[in-house]
Amino acid sequence: MNPMLPKEIVKEAERIADFARREGLDFFPTIFEMLKSEQMSQFAAYGGFPQRYPHWRFGMEYEGLRKQHKYGLSRIYEMVINNNPCYAYLLVDNMMVDHKTVIAHVYAHSDFFKNNIWFSRTDRRMMDGMANHATRVRRYIERFGQERVEKFIDTCLSLENLIDPHSVFMRRTADAPLRPQQDEDDDDSAPRYPAKSYMDRYINPPARMARDRESHRAEEEKARERFPVKPVRDIMLFLLQNATLRDWEADILSIIREEAYYFAPQGQTKIMNEGWASYWHSTIMTNYVLRDDEIVDYCEHHSGTLATSPGRLNPYKMGIELFRDIERRWNTGRYGPQYDACEDMALRREWGKDKAPKGRVVGQGSPGREKIFQVRALYNDVTFLDEFLTPEFVDEQNLYHYKLDPATGKMVVVNRDFDKIKQQLLFMLTNHAQPYIFVMDGNYRNRGELYLAHSHTGPDVEIKYAVETLKQIQKVWKRPVHLAARIDDEPILFSFDGEQSSQQHIDDAIEPPANQF
Amino acid sequence: MGLQIEKDHQRFRRIVKGKIREDLRKFLTRGELLGREGKKYITIPVRGIEIPHFRYGDNNDSGVGKGDGKPGDAADGEGIGPGGEQEGQHILEVEVSLDELAEILGEELKLPRIKPKGKHRITAERDRYSGIRQSGPESLRHFKRTFRRALRRQIMSGLYNPEAPRIIFERRDKVYRSWKTILNPQSNAVIIYMMDVSGSMGDEQKELVRLEAFWIDAWLRKNYQGIESRYIVHDVRAAEVDRETFFRVREDGGTRISSAFRVARELMEHHYSPQDWNIYLFHFSDGDNSSESDSRECCTLLRENMIPALNMFGYCQVASAYGSGNFINVLHEHLSDQETVVTTRVNTKDDIYDSIRAFFAAGR
Repeated sequence: MNPMLPKEIVKEAERIADFARREGLDFFPTIFEMLKSEQMSQFAAYGGFPQRYPHWRFGMEYEGLRKQHKYGLSRIYEMVINNNPCYAYLLVDNMMVDHKTVIAHVYAHSDFFKNNIWFSRTDRRMMDGMANHATRVRRYIERFGQERVEKFIDTCLSLENLIDPHSVFMRRTADAPLRPQQDEDDDDSAPRYPAKSYMDRYINPPARMARDRESHRAEEEKARERFPVKPVRDIMLFLLQNATLRDWEADILSIIREEAYYFAPQGQTKIMNEGWASYWHSTIMTNYVLRDDEIVDYCEHHSGTLATSPGRLNPYKMGIELFRDIERRWNTGRYGPQYDACEDMALRREWGKDKAPKGRVVGQGSPGREKIFQVRALYNDVTFLDEFLTPEFVDEQNLYHYKLDPATGKMVVVNRDFDKIKQQLLFMLTNHAQPYIFVMDGNYRNRGELYLAHSHTGPDVEIKYAVETLKQIQKVWKRPVHLAARIDDEPILFSFDGEQSSQQHIDDAIEPPANQF
Repeated sequence: MGLQIEKDHQRFRRIVKGKIREDLRKFLTRGELLGREGKKYITIPVRGIEIPHFRYGDNNDSGVGKGDGKPGDAADGEGIGPGGEQEGQHILEVEVSLDELAEILGEELKLPRIKPKGKHRITAERDRYSGIRQSGPESLRHFKRTFRRALRRQIMSGLYNPEAPRIIFERRDKVYRSWKTILNPQSNAVIIYMMDVSGSMGDEQKELVRLEAFWIDAWLRKNYQGIESRYIVHDVRAAEVDRETFFRVREDGGTRISSAFRVARELMEHHYSPQDWNIYLFHFSDGDNSSESDSRECCTLLRENMIPALNMFGYCQVASAYGSGNFINVLHEHLSDQETVVTTRVNTKDDIYDSIRAFFAAGR
């Protein structure tokens, strides 16, 4: 369905791949395809894939993208999907120099997908995965009708953010027993203080130990009655395992959940991923690829990508500058306790300048280069900023913290305080700036009701949305559902019993759920 | 076209039109179509359906931005939001002229071009600078393009020195803007805006009026060459003011709408004869008139002295903290037979969209 890739581009792609490998990038085999702009919009609406299950939401995305394109408001230059082999798309009416830039950019994305730990558990055959999902959903639509299936998909999409991206690194509850196994004769169930053998009798007196063991056992006994044993963040999984669903419903829920987990690392590493790709297209293009007559067009493209309009933060810009800053710092030894303790700003500015590698191209083998390769493998946006954002960097990049001024309803600059800025950035990146919701009780009041709670870390949940989302969860759970949330410092319990929404103040009269934070 | 996405798109369109899936109607959002004056900034109205999620509420209202500005200065735009919807999209910002903005508005709302009434269909010539050519007067030199060509030539021929960048144009680098002459029917129009500035109209209401007036202006300017705007504010008395004052002034006290209508009538009689002018009259109020009899008097004034001369009388009732008034009902009661009278209600920014469409759907 797409025109053959022109020979010229194949040749360039191979050439750029060689340069990229020479610089140490390690990427999946990457397949480039040429798309016309409508096709590009279709693929973008489908999240980069040629096929998705039928759903109106993709049509909505598509309409938005087409309109933006039509009015010249935005243009998709490239798209790349995390898959092995990696697929990337080029826009047919771009200039050759744009294609080359995009190709270099894509190899770096591909390297990131392959080597960053947060992507390590994603399905690398998602190209097939998505197509399979589409086929399954189509089959259900044929059997049960479009409206019924679509409605259930809408319900599942409401829950799409109720997953736990960290859980992919834990043992799945499916293969680990739901309740911790207990060795009856386990002597270590009570804490024992380290002691020399002749002192043990006094430091860990047997009577006390027996008592502790008893209470510990009682606690475990109680935990066994709790359902779930601990608060559960992967609410989609909890529903999948415990809600009474028809087979096709469970299958659709699992499809939406799988896709949510597939896309999660891309959200977790937006700044790093784009920064890394921009760092490399810039390095490769300016050192190896650009011809003299292409420089002006390249610069325009590159600066357009990295442009920051006043008041906005561009993840491409933030990412590339941080990677460059890290590289510079590690090349000049500006890290470690000695540097951190140095309070003389003049000294800090001159720190390690003599050690810095000479020449325009600071290439392979430099400590800075090694460091950024390590960073791209081990960090996500939160840890990346937490560790590498420095006061100097914030100052250099001219960042500020803004807040809504309630008097005028306008956003105003509050200050340029490093701690505030960092805190705010981290907040915005943590959990996609979405509230943490947990299952606290799956058998609330012993009536099979579902009790959820918002772990309050700053802002409140939006009530209107919470009420509507509860209704969707009730459709899956079938029994009444509750959400405990703090609104304006008041603990409130929102409930939906299938017919009516209600909310009440949480006080002693309300039975507590099995788990507490 | 046979793209698979077309099916999803059609399904979405049918949901939006309310043909299927009534249950989703309550989640419909309208993309805002808001221009900011001064700054060329636009968002495109895309009707959307928002699937509910657990999310943060209103007290989540701070962020990090980049740029100059002292504490207390306004922070423009949005900061970095919860990222990561789409992988690898480059968005380029584009400047949009007011003219193009109106074009987009017209297309989005499917507004017909206005047919100016009357016989004054003199054709006027107008030049539009829309092309580029190799020769022309220096005053029309396209600096950016010329610069780019010169820069490029110098880099290619090795004359460019990054240490001391000096770009010197040569004759072959220079490009010039060129124009096309287009013929336009010339017709004049005047928009008379009237606004209730009594105590019950707060800042929020004013903002709605300002946005609504912005789009009325944009659309009418697109359709007429010579356009004048006049502004009248009123509480119990009315006076003509300039544009600045119109959006700023804040009065207290009661409301007598007829006072504004009288001032408007006077303006029309003295300056704008219906033979030469297309006259548009808009009134914004929360509809809370002081007396029923005054409202009736307005209707009489309109019917007997004004409507025959008008292209349109648009009444836009904004909701205020004190509830919305009765004036709109009185208009319905007395003037429902007049097709040039259009009334709309605007409660939130979202309604502006429908309101503009209601005003101009008939192409008057």
